[in-house]
Amino acid sequence: MVENRRVADTLSHLVLLLGVVTVAFPVYVTFIASTQTAEQIVQNVPMSLLPGDNLVESYRLALFGGQTAYGSRLAPALPMLTVSFISAMIIAVGKIAISLLSAFAVVYFRFPGRTVVFWMIFLTLMLPVEVRIGPTYEVVANLGMLDSYAGLTIPLIASATATFLFRQFFLTVPDELVEAARIDGAGPLRFFKDVLLPLSATSIAALFVIQFIYGWNQYLWPLLVTTDESMYPIVMGIKRMISGGDAATEWNAVMATAMLAMIPPALVVLLMQRWFVKGLVDTEK
Amino acid sequence: MAVEKRVRFRSWWLPWVLVCPQLAVVLVFFFWPAAQALYQSVLQSDAFGTSVEYVGLENFRRLWADESYLASFHTTAVFSVLVAVSGLAISLLLAVMADRVIRGAMAYKTLLIWPYAVAPAIAGVLWLFMFAPSIGIVSFWLRQAGVNWNHLLNGDHAMTLIVMAAVWKQISYNFLFFLAGLQSIPKSLIEAAAIDGAGPWRRFWTVQFPLLTPTSFFLLVINIVYAFFDTFAIVDAATEGGPGKDTSILVYKLYYDGFKALDLGGSAAQSVVLMVIVVALTVVQFRYVERKVNY
Amino acid sequence: MGAIALRQVEKTYGSGPKAVKVIHGVNAEITDGEFIVIVGPSGCGKSTLLRMVAGLEEITGGEIDIGGRVVNRLEPAERDIAMVFQNYALYPHMTVFDNMAYGLKIAKVPKAEIEQRVQKAAKILELGALLDRKPRQLSGGQRQRVAMGRAIVRQPAVFLFDEPLSNLDAKLRAQTRLEIQKLHAELGVTSLFVTHDQVEAMTLAQRMIVMNAGRIEQIGTPEEVYGRPQTTFVAGFIGSPPMNLVAVQAEGSHVRIGDHRLALPTRAPRDGALLLGLRPEHAEPAAADAGWPFEVDMVEMLGAERLVYGQLAGAPFTWRIDGTLVPPRRGERLRLQAAADRLHWFDPADGRRVEA
Repeated sequence: MVENRRVADTLSHLVLLLGVVTVAFPVYVTFIASTQTAEQIVQNVPMSLLPGDNLVESYRLALFGGQTAYGSRLAPALPMLTVSFISAMIIAVGKIAISLLSAFAVVYFRFPGRTVVFWMIFLTLMLPVEVRIGPTYEVVANLGMLDSYAGLTIPLIASATATFLFRQFFLTVPDELVEAARIDGAGPLRFFKDVLLPLSATSIAALFVIQFIYGWNQYLWPLLVTTDESMYPIVMGIKRMISGGDAATEWNAVMATAMLAMIPPALVVLLMQRWFVKGLVDTEK
Repeated sequence: MAVEKRVRFRSWWLPWVLVCPQLAVVLVFFFWPAAQALYQSVLQSDAFGTSVEYVGLENFRRLWADESYLASFHTTAVFSVLVAVSGLAISLLLAVMADRVIRGAMAYKTLLIWPYAVAPAIAGVLWLFMFAPSIGIVSFWLRQAGVNWNHLLNGDHAMTLIVMAAVWKQISYNFLFFLAGLQSIPKSLIEAAAIDGAGPWRRFWTVQFPLLTPTSFFLLVINIVYAFFDTFAIVDAATEGGPGKDTSILVYKLYYDGFKALDLGGSAAQSVVLMVIVVALTVVQFRYVERKVNY
Repeated sequence: MGAIALRQVEKTYGSGPKAVKVIHGVNAEITDGEFIVIVGPSGCGKSTLLRMVAGLEEITGGEIDIGGRVVNRLEPAERDIAMVFQNYALYPHMTVFDNMAYGLKIAKVPKAEIEQRVQKAAKILELGALLDRKPRQLSGGQRQRVAMGRAIVRQPAVFLFDEPLSNLDAKLRAQTRLEIQKLHAELGVTSLFVTHDQVEAMTLAQRMIVMNAGRIEQIGTPEEVYGRPQTTFVAGFIGSPPMNLVAVQAEGSHVRIGDHRLALPTRAPRDGALLLGLRPEHAEPAAADAGWPFEVDMVEMLGAERLVYGQLAGAPFTWRIDGTLVPPRRGERLRLQAAADRLHWFDPADGRRVEA
């Protein structure tokens, strides 16, 4: 800062550029691979780092499925993308909705058992789904929710991160606003709808980004509760495509599918970057 | 934990209605299964699954005596340390650099945070592709450089692969927090140090790094939890726990034993062990972070 | 319609052994259209009392009556009141117009009438140009006016003001004070105004309620409170600088202060220990052989007036003189006197006024 800026600045930029390149490299490789044909990938080792000309064909194959060069059937990615999208939306919207209601109840009402409820919700912060997969699977199976959107999403909206974020936020809303609203004749639900929700817009946006990505990226849980191919989300479907071994896998389609799977969450992050960063740093603190 | 609100709404039934959805989901999909796990961990079913008997802590004793379980513990420990340490180190470096530059700061930030959006499963597939022994681009260069890369046969290579994939994905998250932490250090402190004659290297180690301790600690715990649990998909996609069981981290073993080997009692016991670990980590984190807030 | 009655109103926080009583049996009758200022030091319970009238705090004892109805059990919205908060309490995400219209919208007032009422209030408060702005785009004074506008449009029976001027700078405060007076003259709605500032109290009140430690010390017009304070607290609280209070031993037409035996212009109300009160501006210079001895310690120059601090027969005393007169010097010895009707007498034990 105060001394020789030239050298230090150049070094900083260099390191950062290196970081950006390293971070982007795997994705670049993926993109290149998706523009070539399967044979090209397998036979030209090392794979060329320049885009090929098979882009349209690879993506078509990935999206709509069909016969691969090796004669095996490739499942279409489009239905899987749809499943991912719908479940991510359900998880994000569902979680936000129930957390808003719970946080509102816990902050603005005094009722017997409030502390118990508060701690019960707090405990859920401690155990991610991976830890309780066995019994949770049983419950879902017993409720007949396998291979359904309900089974894919509801067990994942149990945790309390959103509730806590909203609680933190509600505690910063000035008391006078509630009093003014009471004098204006607004009951609790009216206050919630007309005043609290609009003020929470930023938090809701940040949480939406985080939860959408969380929902989209789910792997272990869908792996367990779906057996019907039509209910596979894309991140799960992709793994099954590579089980055939290096040579038999239709790599260009796989890479195209990977690109497709990365785009929606990346878009969400990029478009809502500002809220997202604020939300992340606030949630965890 | 709590600041209380002075104002309340008066209603004895409304709060229950509001809390009902979350409570219902939590009870059915969280407490009930967690209780089930605890219950099943002290049971053992026979080979056909027709009867169960209470065996006390037998399942747990078996776990500790089981070599593959202890190996899995060891693997997970190694894995999480590697992921946490390298993840934090690299992100810290990038954050320090990003904090220094004025031009292009926004662009760098954007370019470095988007991997947060990538699913662990996809990360696993991408790195697998780059390092695939026969067709991978990086494995080719490695072989040119004399390293005979084959993660399908070599356990250490496999571990390296999943560590790299896991770290790659976490860089953005750590980077964001470190950057926020750095930017919250008052510039005046650094300027004072400069006037006192400290060069940039010394300034970093004696002023910035100590003030980042809360952030570092927080991220350390987060990264360890991440390494323990969120990396399942990476492992499944890249190595499937192999070769053999060389990259079978605890959560992977839990999945395998529970759903492939169908050992319910053992799997439940493993669940319980993992639960204890997470709770311990979360408690540690909350205690430390809460104390740090007034600072 | 807007008359308020407070009957033995009490407020206790908590229950059992840890209960704290903050308001002890307050009684007051306020007629419709009156502008009442509740004034007292921080923590005296004035805001709590106001909030009990508003319905924002539970009434733990006694009754509050608005317009002939007992309102103890009624929600704020049902009490026909409107409130102006110290921190404005404007809804940050709504425009000025929406802020003012919100209560009416909830009461399902027809849109046309909402429009009309808001425009009318905006005109009175000169907010016409700001109706589309959000609170964060307004200055403190403008926000306070919007808060008042919100109260006006509800056309309530009672206005409640909770220290509305405290967050404004001095100049704005004076300006807004005048606006509030104008408003009251125009609308004539019963108003309860809470403040800790006795200047605001004196200038705005038709009658004042002086409170201390959860009790009413005196209710009266500014003249009454200033001219005939009922307790030493009121005597010391109203008037700046505060009334001088000197401990004396009364003996008929004389009093003893320390070693001095001094003559009074009239008989003391009774003999024995008393507190003699005299306002700084009511002391006059006396001839060399009359009055009481006064030794000057210090003189403060305040422009239009001067404050002379000294010892009156050995007791600390503040004297206020006109700024155009030649000021006394440090150490100077003078003699001071006062007219009989300017003397106040208080019982030293309970601070209550003793009538002559």
